[in-house]
Order: sequence, then structure tokens, then C-alpha cells
Amino acid sequence: MKFIDEFRDAGLAQKLAHRIAAISTRPARLMEFCGGHTVAIMRNGIRQLLPPNIEMLSGPGCPVCVTANADIDKAIALAALPDVIITTFGDMLKVPGSYSSLQKARAAGSDIRVVYSTQDALQIAADNPRRPVIFLGIGFETTAPTVAAAVLQADLKNLRNFYVLCLLKTTPPPMKALLDLGEVKLNGIVCPGHVSSIIGTKPYETYARNYGIACVVAGFEPVDILQAVEMLIAQIESGKPDVEIAYRRGVRPEGNPRALELMRNVFEASAADWRGIGTIPGSGLKLKKEYATFDAALEFEVEPPPAREAPGCRCGEVLRGVVRPPQCGLFRKVCTPENPIGPCMVSSEGTCAAYYQFGGMDGR
Amino acid sequence: MEDKILLAHGSGSKLSHDLVEKILAPPIDNPILARMDDSAVFDLAGRLAYTTDSYVVNPIFFPGGDIGRLAICGTVNDLSMSGAQPLYLSLALIIEEGLEIADLRRIVESIRDTAEEAGVQIITGDTKVVNHGKADRLFINTSGIGVIGEGVDISGSNARPGDRIILSGGIGEHGMAVMSRREGLEFKLPVASDCAPLNKLVAGMLAASSNIHSLRDPTRGGLASTLNEFARQSGVGINIEEDKIRVHDGVRGACELLGLDPLYIANEGKLVACVTPADADRVLAAMKKNQYAAQAAVIGEVTAEHPGRVVMKTGIGSSRIVDMPTGEILPRIC
Repeated sequence: MKFIDEFRDAGLAQKLAHRIAAISTRPARLMEFCGGHTVAIMRNGIRQLLPPNIEMLSGPGCPVCVTANADIDKAIALAALPDVIITTFGDMLKVPGSYSSLQKARAAGSDIRVVYSTQDALQIAADNPRRPVIFLGIGFETTAPTVAAAVLQADLKNLRNFYVLCLLKTTPPPMKALLDLGEVKLNGIVCPGHVSSIIGTKPYETYARNYGIACVVAGFEPVDILQAVEMLIAQIESGKPDVEIAYRRGVRPEGNPRALELMRNVFEASAADWRGIGTIPGSGLKLKKEYATFDAALEFEVEPPPAREAPGCRCGEVLRGVVRPPQCGLFRKVCTPENPIGPCMVSSEGTCAAYYQFGGMDGR
Repeated sequence: MEDKILLAHGSGSKLSHDLVEKILAPPIDNPILARMDDSAVFDLAGRLAYTTDSYVVNPIFFPGGDIGRLAICGTVNDLSMSGAQPLYLSLALIIEEGLEIADLRRIVESIRDTAEEAGVQIITGDTKVVNHGKADRLFINTSGIGVIGEGVDISGSNARPGDRIILSGGIGEHGMAVMSRREGLEFKLPVASDCAPLNKLVAGMLAASSNIHSLRDPTRGGLASTLNEFARQSGVGINIEEDKIRVHDGVRGACELLGLDPLYIANEGKLVACVTPADADRVLAAMKKNQYAAQAAVIGEVTAEHPGRVVMKTGIGSSRIVDMPTGEILPRIC
């Protein structure tokens, strides 16, 4: 298949792996921020192709995984309100909150519907004019423009029963937070592909300049990722950290100005709670005042019981790259995709799920 | 007769009789069914295989098939995978009131055509009509009986180290064909369900070799599930190569778009076989003569290493574990 097979070419992948091994002379610790990269790396066995001195860590780049328990509890509480229809991407259903999950709430009678786009949610709102339809806005800058567009459309069509529980997050603030925490010493970051197609590369410049960390935006095919690793290692070896793009077919340095404008028109930055990291100022997106009537958090009053974390679950540390899933005592023993204790085991992009599904071939 | 199914069609009244006698029975008629007694009565000798399955696919018509064809193929294939020659099927319909009678006719005709193609007879049946909302248009249950030939011993627990693993063609077509017709997920996908009766394919394979150890049709859970079942049941490891597994471009494209892995998507007209190495070429040649297995290929082999695990050599030359699917992949595809 065109534009896919080229990037899965075995000969090219092997050649890149050899080149990486040839130029790499010192230990290098790289973090892929994005959950899509984690899955691609595990699924293609990319670690096996890298020399042992290159370590790859997974970061907090799965939007489902970083959603705080309190926010999931709030969604479940909203679902229990009379007549409310909750619309959500499927990944959220199984994520355990403090006491329940949306899936369990649905079995108990709440009307919770899986949608594949915000357009589906709008349609449900149009079809059920007498019932409040709440879309769970979870995601990063890749999802945010579509949520913004949905709010604008709802406004235009006067769909007053459409609401968003806005839990959208932005990626640069938690990257900075991780670096400032200093728990993990990184040499390079595999910057997210889809997010960068929206925000461009400017936000990463501070990491290269002020933290001395190599940054390369990568695509999601094996050759994309290996190329990014090669560029990162070249930067690290030369001692000249920079921001580069190894995914030129998807990402321009300036990002997507139209999507960014859409976001600016509808959202403003706010503090957001990140599982495993805590509250990070300016890392969330909330609806601007002019669109406040679409904000489910303002329009509905719910008081879920105080949030709690599952005892023994180390998702937080996994998300910060401090531990790998097999180092968690619950991994594979108690926590499995059928019985997930933490969100990293639930989402298809979760680090624990990726390790569970594809891992075990190498200890690294 | 009315143009829609009414509750009265299931009441045992004249309307019910009309439904059976005018619409359901004539296309599938045969001497055993025609007696219209409480049970089908027939003679059968030898080792028998017996299976049942229910079909709740949504939508009931999809590219490449419909719930009727699926209900016949599913049961015919389950019998075939035990090495049995399928002979007789039962057919039970649970109809939601309001189903268009024209649609019901189309499905019964499809059942007739598929049964004819497979060479099986439907010898007993049942019809129920339930209130609106208590079923989704039409649910079907079929069961089937088949006869197992002398010396045939096929089981998921018979795979042995060294066995070649043969896959009969491209994967994921049924799952993606149904998915493409789902509400809210309408994308143009030139992929039709592979739904097909495989009994003649299996008969050809059995004629070519008496050393076929395991056979299974990778339906729900896809190829990944079937291989994991073999590995666990037989206590062996399985090695496969990603490059050898055929995936139709349309299926690949849709999987990329939806973030799905074709290894986990359902098939309804494919089989996987574990065959003694010396016979593999002969079995493969026999398979390729069948219209439903023209693209059959050896995709890997059974190994004594890593028992219970399926390991795949990826397209870029590394390897990874292929685990059982977890949770719901695509709801109600069969």
C-alpha cells in the first residue's frame, strides 16, 4: 500500500539500524512522548534493532491514561443524571475511575454511547433535542480542533442541548514538567507526530536550547521512528541539541495555522490535572467565556465522592518514565487488559497495554 | 400476505402456518423437512460431529453476504474444522416484528443458495416472532451434524513441532466489511465479506493428506486468537512471518484508519491448518485449486520453543509476541 509500505521496508529499517549502531558511542536515553509511538515501537520490535546503550522510555502521551481519576468520576456522575446522554471515544469506556468505570455505569443503566467523531455526537444531540448530550472532550492538540469545530457548529445550529466536558490537554507543559522534576535524565525526545502537525516545532525549541535535549518529530511507521532515532543520536553525539523533523510528510515547522486559530477562538489555557504528575498550570484547554453555555462542568452540578487511586498501581510512575510496566507489582499478575487496575493497561495506546500485548521479547 | 412480519406470524395461527409454508419452507424443502413432524427423523452411521452457533450480526445485509449465508457457513465450517463432512442443519429464526417480508425472503433464498453450494440439507426448524425492540431485526441459530471419515483425527490440541501452518487467504475481510456498514462509520471500502462454506476445501485437503493435525476457521478474534488457541491447546509454540500473511489493501487501509490490527479481525471464509511438513506442499496445492483458497500460503511453523506463545517476525526483521485479543474488538460481527 502506497505511503505505508515504503515506511515499513525491511531493508531500509535494517540499514537505519546499522547506521544508528555505527554512530552511537555513548549511552543515550530517549523518551517517546506519544502513546502512538509507544505502540509502534513495541509492535514492530524496534528496541531489538537498537544497540544496548540506547534506552527508550515511554512518556505521558496517552490522553486516556493521563486523565485524572477525579475527572473520570465526574464523567460517571454526569452519566447518572436524568436524561443525560454521554458520548465518548471508545477508549474511555473501560478506564477505571475511583470506584467505577463508564462501562460499568452503562451496564447499570446510564446512556453512554461510543462515537467515532465529534460529528456523531452532534448528530445524537440533533436527534435527541430534549436530552442533554455531553461529549467527553479528552485528547491532546490533535483532538482539540475537532472539539472546537463541534462547539462552533453547535453554536451555529443552535444545538443548545450539546455540551462538552472539556478535559483536553496540551503537550508542551507536561514535557517541561517532567524535565523540571528531574527524575529521569533524558538526552533526547521523540516528539509526537500528530500533535506536531498541529502545533509545529516552535514549542520544542526551549528543550533544545535551555535543557540541552535533542528533539526530533517522528512519524509512526518503523522507518519513521528509526530515522528519528538516528537524527537524535547524531545530535547527541555531536553535542548540538536541536529541533528537527523526521516526519516531513506530516509536519511543518509552523504547524497547522487554521487548526491553531480554531483552538484559540474557542479555548483558553487552564490548569489541568495529570495522572501521575499532578496539576500543571496552563496544560489544559477550557471553553472561553463566550462558549461557556456548552461547558458541561459549568452547566451541570455533580459532586462525585472524593477521588482515590488504586493501591499498588504505579501508572503515575510509568507515565513519568520512572518505572517500566514490568516493574509494577500488579503488572500481568493482577492488572491485565481484562481486569485493568490503572488506565495505562486500558487504552490501546497505554504503555502497560502495549507491553502486555507486544512485550516479552526483550528485557529492555 | 402483509409486507411486514407481525407478532401474529409467531402465534401458531394460520398466519404462522402461511409464513412457514409459503415463505420459509419452499426454498429449502427436502423429504426429511417435508414431513413437518415435531422432529426430523433420519438414519446416520459412523463418528459424528455436532455443533451449534447463533448469529446476531448487525447489519443483516453486508457487502459479500447476509445473516442467512453467514448462519449456514458458520455451522458448515465448524463441522468442517473437525474434519467432518457436514450433512444436516437445523435452522431457527427469531424475528423482530416489523421485519420486511421481502428482506426475509432474500435471506431465506440466500440460505437456500448457500446450503446448496455446501451440499447440506436443512431438516428441521423453528420460527419465533418477538416484540419490537426485543431483537434486532433477525437472529438466527443453526446447528449441524456431520460425519467424520475413517482415520481422521483433527483437533486444536494435535499441532506438533515442525508442522507447517497454512492460511487459506487474506485476513480481516468479514470484520471490515461489516464494520464499513455500521452506523456512524460509513466509509467507502471496496472490501466484501469472505463469508463462504469451506467443506469442499477441507474435503480436498483431507484427500491430499492424512496428516492434517489441526484445522480452525479464524472467526471472532481473528488469526491471532486461532493461533494462540493452537499454541495453548497443543502446548507448543508458533512462529509466523508478517510478510507471509495476506491482507487486502482495503482492509489494511481501514485498519490503519481505525487503529486496528488485521490479525485480530474476524474472517468467515478462511481456515488455518497445521500440517506435517512432508505433506505441506501437497495440501497447499490441493487448497489452491479451491476458489476460496487460491491465495493459500504457508505462514509459519509450529515449534517446541516458547510453548503457549505465538511469535511473529515483523516486516522489518524484529520479532514480537502476538497475544490473545482482549475485550471487545468489533461488536456483533457474526
